[in-house]
Amino acid sequence: MIFGTHTKYRVFKDSLARRIMLGLTVFSLLLAVIVGLSLYFKSSSILHEHSLWSLLSGSSWRPFKGEFGFYPFIMGTLWVTAISIFIALPLCILTSIFLSEYAHPYIKKIVFPLIDILAGIPPVVYGVWGILVVVPFISEKLAPHFVEFSSGYSVLAGGIVLAIMIMPLIISILIEIFAAIPKELRDASLSLGATNWQTVKFVVLRKSLPGIVAAIVLAVSRAFGETIAVLMVCGNMSAVPKSVFDSGYPLPALIANNYGEMMSLPLYDSALMLAALILFVIILIFNAASRIILTRIERRFAL
Amino acid sequence: MNTRLLKSENIIASSMNNGKDVFLLEEGAEAQVRTLLLQKTKLDLTAPHISVKNLNVHLQKKHVLKDVNLDIPNKAITCIIGPSGCGKTTLLKTFNRLLEQSVDVKIDGHVFVDGEDIHDKNVEIINIRKKMGLLSQRPCPLPMSIFDNIAYGPRIHGNRNMKELSRLVENYLKAAGLWDEVKDRLHSPANRLSIGQQQRLCLARGLAVEPEIILGDEATSALDPISSKKIEELFVELKRDYSIILVTHTLRQARRIADYVVFMYLGEVIEAGSADEIFNNPQKELTREYISGAFS
Ligand SMILES: Nc1ncnc2c1ncn2[C@@H]1O[C@H](COP(=O)(O)OP(=O)(O)OP(=O)(O)O)[C@@H](O)[C@H]1O
Ligand SMILES: [Mg+2]
Repeated sequence: MIFGTHTKYRVFKDSLARRIMLGLTVFSLLLAVIVGLSLYFKSSSILHEHSLWSLLSGSSWRPFKGEFGFYPFIMGTLWVTAISIFIALPLCILTSIFLSEYAHPYIKKIVFPLIDILAGIPPVVYGVWGILVVVPFISEKLAPHFVEFSSGYSVLAGGIVLAIMIMPLIISILIEIFAAIPKELRDASLSLGATNWQTVKFVVLRKSLPGIVAAIVLAVSRAFGETIAVLMVCGNMSAVPKSVFDSGYPLPALIANNYGEMMSLPLYDSALMLAALILFVIILIFNAASRIILTRIERRFAL
Repeated sequence: MNTRLLKSENIIASSMNNGKDVFLLEEGAEAQVRTLLLQKTKLDLTAPHISVKNLNVHLQKKHVLKDVNLDIPNKAITCIIGPSGCGKTTLLKTFNRLLEQSVDVKIDGHVFVDGEDIHDKNVEIINIRKKMGLLSQRPCPLPMSIFDNIAYGPRIHGNRNMKELSRLVENYLKAAGLWDEVKDRLHSPANRLSIGQQQRLCLARGLAVEPEIILGDEATSALDPISSKKIEELFVELKRDYSIILVTHTLRQARRIADYVVFMYLGEVIEAGSADEIFNNPQKELTREYISGAFS
């Protein structure tokens, strides 16, 4: 007899566990589909009135006249996110390389908890700090060198505040990733006479490239969706920003600012739902694209 | 650099033409060649390659190496044996100053390589490490192709000539007895090789920086018997031109290939001497017990 009752019971538990986990996985995937679909149905009335293309490429936003152009908001979102990643990523990579490869354990002991604290500060605090520090700095110190006038409430301010907000997240992920690289690999490189920096460049960064991409994806997704802190400092004017010192109006800010009055005008509610749907789709496209890049990297660099 | 290059290429040429080697026997006498190769080297300790004087190492306040005095013979295989935790790896890592990468390390005493104190302020740590190729217990290919693994050392030391690099890669892969197995897939990832192949790759990678000393930390313990025999044979071939220091847990391996044996116990060198002395006529009771397998 190969199957004792005890074995049977264990096999049953195993398959039960598998089924439950499968169910939960399907459920969470289903949630995303449900969110997407309901956004689509809620925004369908505006899609009947206007063509999708005119909505996406239109620049004028006058809800009381029935004009809904999302182009400035899409650009606002992309600007703020791009600026924040552009600022945050190099800083984060260098910081985490320093912390994991060079820093004395003593420094690590002090800095790691600090990073966690930074990650725990609520967005609204970052927003207030942005208004008090970043906005005046841009309007008084930085912008005069480049443009005639800037109120300081700009996509740059949004990008900087957002960068500072997502940095702790990226740094702690990167540190985890670097820590996961075996010490022997570094020793192998060092014992061939490589310097620390050569080892980091050619071995550590290379080995952790997929992880770094994954960290960027997470950070960007977070940045796309971040609302309050950005809304407080980026000016919220529905025009396409022409420079980093212009105001912008990202999609999440649009939704949050106008949510209260969305029933007041015809199609307004539907337009805001469409804004949410656009944000949803941007994040989906971004994630799909990064997935493709990730497999490319893994294949190309043979990791 | 050029003379060294020439030298190592000669070795490779001669070690690969097994059977046709001029200063080995006449053609076709392969069995005889093997026995000749496996012959023990005559030890000359008047000019040791590495000389350790009063070395004390503390790791995190723990006294790991206690007053080690030791001479490592030139162009011979030295095996370091001893029970687990006695400080063999630590000793090996002080030789190429890799130990300093760990936290809270205190090193006192002197290690002379070719008469130079490696802990001298004027010594470039990179030059020390270049002098020694390290083979770790588990093979550790770098996350790149087979070709790039071998070319890594020459490249970081400034060799960018692709033609020369390909030549080096071929030569050292041949020296490590891996060329025939990988010559058609030089640009595929190194980590797809079998473990035994990976270890030979690591050996080739270490040889490519033209070291004078090869350090092996249980370099064959993760390998199957055939792969480890291959590596052992390579060591025996290579000892004509390199000084080889091997940490090993298998006494039988030490018996097979060691010319010089160092027995360590709890951070101290108990006894060091030629393989014959240590295995057949140990002076210390502790050595005798360890050799006879009374403890391990
Ligand atoms: N980083 C470290 N911090 C503190 N103690 C250490 C450290 N590395 C090694 N040790 C201690 O030093 C002693 C010697 O370690 P080592 O690794 O040199 O032993 P070993 O002879 O190589 O053993 P094995 O045969 O098991 O590899 C051990 O007692 C070990 O616990
Ligand atoms: Mg060891």
